[in-house]
Amino acid sequence: METTRKLIRKQSVEKLYNALTSNRQVYAPVVAADKQIEYRYNPGFAEVTFGHIRSTLSVKNVVFPKVENLFFYTNARSESTITDIDMSRIPEVVLWGAHPCDNAAFDTLRSIFCWDIKDEFFSKRLEKLAVIGLSCHLSDEYCFCTSVGLSPDSKKGSDILLSLLKNGDYHADILTEKGNEIVKSAADLFETVSDEKEVITEVKQKFSHEQVTSKLSAAFEHPFWVENSLRCIGCGACAYVCPTCACFDIQDETRGKNGKRYRSWDSCGFGLFTLHTSGHNPREVQSQRWRQRIMHKFSYMPERNESLGCVGCGRCSSGCPVDMNIAEQLEALQNI
Amino acid sequence: MDNLVKRAKELLENKTVQVVIGYEAGPTGVIRPAFITDPEKAGKLIYNDKCDQNLAVYLTKKEVKNFGKMAIVATLPVMRSIMMLISEQQLFAESIVVLGISADGNLLDIADINIMQGYIEKSDLSNPEKYKALLAELNKLNPEEKFAYWQKELSKCIKCYACRQACPMCYCTRCTVEVNQPQWIPVQANTHGNMEWHILRAMHLAGRCISCGECGRACPVGIPCHLLTMQLTDQVYTYFKVYAGTSDKMNSVLSTFEPNDKESFII
Ligand code: SF4
Ligand code: SF4
Ligand code: SF4
Repeated sequence: METTRKLIRKQSVEKLYNALTSNRQVYAPVVAADKQIEYRYNPGFAEVTFGHIRSTLSVKNVVFPKVENLFFYTNARSESTITDIDMSRIPEVVLWGAHPCDNAAFDTLRSIFCWDIKDEFFSKRLEKLAVIGLSCHLSDEYCFCTSVGLSPDSKKGSDILLSLLKNGDYHADILTEKGNEIVKSAADLFETVSDEKEVITEVKQKFSHEQVTSKLSAAFEHPFWVENSLRCIGCGACAYVCPTCACFDIQDETRGKNGKRYRSWDSCGFGLFTLHTSGHNPREVQSQRWRQRIMHKFSYMPERNESLGCVGCGRCSSGCPVDMNIAEQLEALQNI
Repeated sequence: MDNLVKRAKELLENKTVQVVIGYEAGPTGVIRPAFITDPEKAGKLIYNDKCDQNLAVYLTKKEVKNFGKMAIVATLPVMRSIMMLISEQQLFAESIVVLGISADGNLLDIADINIMQGYIEKSDLSNPEKYKALLAELNKLNPEEKFAYWQKELSKCIKCYACRQACPMCYCTRCTVEVNQPQWIPVQANTHGNMEWHILRAMHLAGRCISCGECGRACPVGIPCHLLTMQLTDQVYTYFKVYAGTSDKMNSVLSTFEPNDKESFII
């Protein structure tokens, strides 16, 4: 589709939001009571924040919820029955105001979930998702999108991308058919572009991801991993806040005769993740798990999925209890 | 903290220890744990009031223990954690050197476990003031309101287990939540699963929590889960007049039967 750029005035943004929430689920960022940035469904427009840098959790749960039921079952002595999930009940969702790094992550997730077999839950949720992204006019020391081939106004993953203008209005880049449908449903709110300047933050490039990838291919046994992960306590925080981490666990939960099978987030940072039934654990210590995290994102994924496994949002670093700063480590790795 | 740096350097130089566990400022200025093995790098060590992580969690970490004997920068909560680890046979007193730090940030002379015990006994062991105030607020609520408060807070939990991993007393190599034959605690991070996880965590730490607040500090989504264990610390003290981590020979209050134990809480 040919992309077009329109103007949407400050007052019209509210009208667009209200029009969308009147007949759809809109998932938008708010500042919670404890100052954390959370996404909620259909908050009032006054609550929605336009000035956040990063939400505590990424927005991946719209396509990869922390718990996804896969099917229900009944186990009777004579026969067992399986009830599939009714996919038609997966709702249409509009993701509102998510930043370019988070939106680019949907592509990364697709490269994992649809690598060989197309994951039906993920695909259905993605199909029902429309993304109205928001370019970044603010950033902080944890951001490094420009080091992983993105930028504060990259369009990847958005259906419409809003960018703040100096006078408070927004440019709306209409990027896909889904975006076009939304614009058509509220056509009178979109005007012809003016020559007002956009306010886009500057994010300094910290490393070259190509160089990191090339260094990693020979760095498996490097002492770097132990030295730089002694403080890692092996929790799942970095993976769970990450927009591109896609590992999951599958469990059955049964009550009497009835039960369900679901998948839920998992992390390669946990010791249990690779523990074999025999008791052998191929990733026995934390440095091996930390290495896996970086290798997967910056070596194995570029090689196998033709996509980096990181969008430079900085969440894993700002959320880590012991300051395992991934950008700092990647910067060091490009020079080992 | 010149004294600290000097002492750490000495210990490494004369090979009394092979690693010093302390704090450093990372390149972005964030305070984080440091593991110093080279005496020339002892100068990286700092101590200030932002050094609040409980470092005792590293005393049971395999890759840190691999260095050999460890010296550890230890504020009161760290010293109490060390007592807990020794009394629960997770650590040998001989495998560590304690670089004690007083409440006003000065290096203490902790030559052995007995001296450390003396220092702990002289200190105020109740929950720190900032947490007492929060607990008092919570305790004003009636049971329904309290339940609603925790339900709301715990609904945010993503089960990343940072609270567990950050706690020196959560050293089990196989946590109950990881057992699935049978599965005691639902793996899913939903209201039910989260509630059960937090009740389990709190109960396993009742009488063992030394009130450092590390679990709450580690939580990426800001759940004040330390208040659960601290509330139990208060209750254990009320019923048994015992605070955790005061000696290297303590028996765990809730797993030891004494004929004169009060039983007034049994309905
Ligand atoms: S890097 Fe940080 S967040 Fe990730 S597992 Fe280690 S301690 Fe947890
Ligand atoms: S690895 Fe860290 S910086 Fe990269 S996308 Fe994940 S959370 Fe963001
Ligand atoms: S650290 Fe927070 S989010 Fe993670 S398991 Fe503990 S309470 Fe839940």
